[in-house]
Amino acid sequence: MCLAVPGRVVAIEERDGTRMAQVDFGGVVKDVCLAYLPEIETGDYAIVHVGFALQRLDEESARSTLELFEQLGVLEEEFGDAWGRAAAEAGVAAAPEEDR
Amino acid sequence: MKYIDEFNDPALARRLLDDIHATATRPWAMMEVCGGQTHSIIRHGIDQLLPEGIELIHGPGCPVCVTPLEMIDKALEIASRPGVIFCSFGDMLRVPGTDRDLFQVKSTGGDVRVVYSPLDALRIAQQNPDRQVVFFGIGFETTAPANAMTVHQARRRGIGNFSLLVSHVRVPPAIEAIMQSPDCRVQAFLAAGHVCSVMGTAEYPELAARHRVPIVVTGFEPLDILEGIRRTVRQLECGEHRVENAYPRAVQDGGNRAALRMLEEVFTVTDRAWRGIGTIPASGWRLSDAYRDHDAEHRFDVGGLTTRESSLCRSGEVLQGLIKPHQCEAFGTTCTPRTPLGATMVSSEGACAAYFLYRRLDATAPRPEEATPVG
Ligand code: SF4
Repeated sequence: MCLAVPGRVVAIEERDGTRMAQVDFGGVVKDVCLAYLPEIETGDYAIVHVGFALQRLDEESARSTLELFEQLGVLEEEFGDAWGRAAAEAGVAAAPEEDR
Repeated sequence: MKYIDEFNDPALARRLLDDIHATATRPWAMMEVCGGQTHSIIRHGIDQLLPEGIELIHGPGCPVCVTPLEMIDKALEIASRPGVIFCSFGDMLRVPGTDRDLFQVKSTGGDVRVVYSPLDALRIAQQNPDRQVVFFGIGFETTAPANAMTVHQARRRGIGNFSLLVSHVRVPPAIEAIMQSPDCRVQAFLAAGHVCSVMGTAEYPELAARHRVPIVVTGFEPLDILEGIRRTVRQLECGEHRVENAYPRAVQDGGNRAALRMLEEVFTVTDRAWRGIGTIPASGWRLSDAYRDHDAEHRFDVGGLTTRESSLCRSGEVLQGLIKPHQCEAFGTTCTPRTPLGATMVSSEGACAAYFLYRRLDATAPRPEEATPVG
């Protein structure tokens, strides 16, 4: 969870008085809070950490970082099935996941 | 130089490496602070491409690894309580507490949930007003703003059943502690890029001047790391000790001002214990008094737990760069990702896990210069 992952802002809306975005991380789309990067627009790239956009990034850097994080398994760790992974590591059957 | 073709721009990588080789006339030891950088270095074999004697020492920059055992035990205790929904990032699930982990708490009936963001935990609190929802707020300066904002929103929206178990850590005091250690061999730092995206670089010039160490803000990609090393070696060779930003596309010197304001409002700097290292003064954040009723340690009585560390695990020495993972006797034998003795083997950003993942075959055969400390 420690590395911030770059993504592309695909939509922006106001929710509960907070500017929120849908951000695409190489195929996985997540809700992201824009409170710390209010000037960002749809189509921009930003580095996002645990649901918060932290800095704007250019497209090329975003793409190459995403590629590296894919290789390092960061994307799987950030967005994949944590229970399944923990179960596999522990050598037991996966517990069911209620909140996805 | 067996790995260089894997770089996304091998020609540029070659130029940076040539420059490092041409510049370095003596052995130097530099620490990459961030566990993400460690993984990138080991995966791409960057340490093996460097001139003889240029050593990369792996730093304590993995929040999962440094979260103290006592805090893990508190999390396990709270997560086991009836009526509690305990939310955490996925990589905390298998971090060993004194006698179990969050994964086991879940399998014995605890309501433990993995979230992507603390805001997801806040949403769960809103949907379950009759339950207590606790989020395990760990992490460095990169994660802290997210947790600060989440507590702030809980307060603003009157979500009283949400609390945070806070174990945040700060990088500059850890650098200070490493430099003060009598065994310290570190002569320069590659600072963690994403931490600086939030905090900027203001905390570093004083550290660099006092300890006469170059500090170069560095990203995660292999080329970023090579560039960080190149600039560090240049400074070391010239006897300089400046702060340089080698990651300007993601780091502005002033950091993210909105995030800094929120941190200031919600958190207070505090002494914090680091797993395997001990207490470092002013090295963490806790919730400020104004947010005390959202502090899980205050809400749940979890004092007086007895903790017991594995006597075999040397992760404290690994985290301070005093030994390399494969120099631990348990490495790859009693300690593997499946049966981790220490957090540095569990966390995907941990140095032991990196060595296990990428070097399992030659783990017992360190390069000769690793056996003889440099400097
Ligand atoms: S290999 Fe395992 S036991 Fe040894 S230091 Fe690393 S985590 Fe601890």
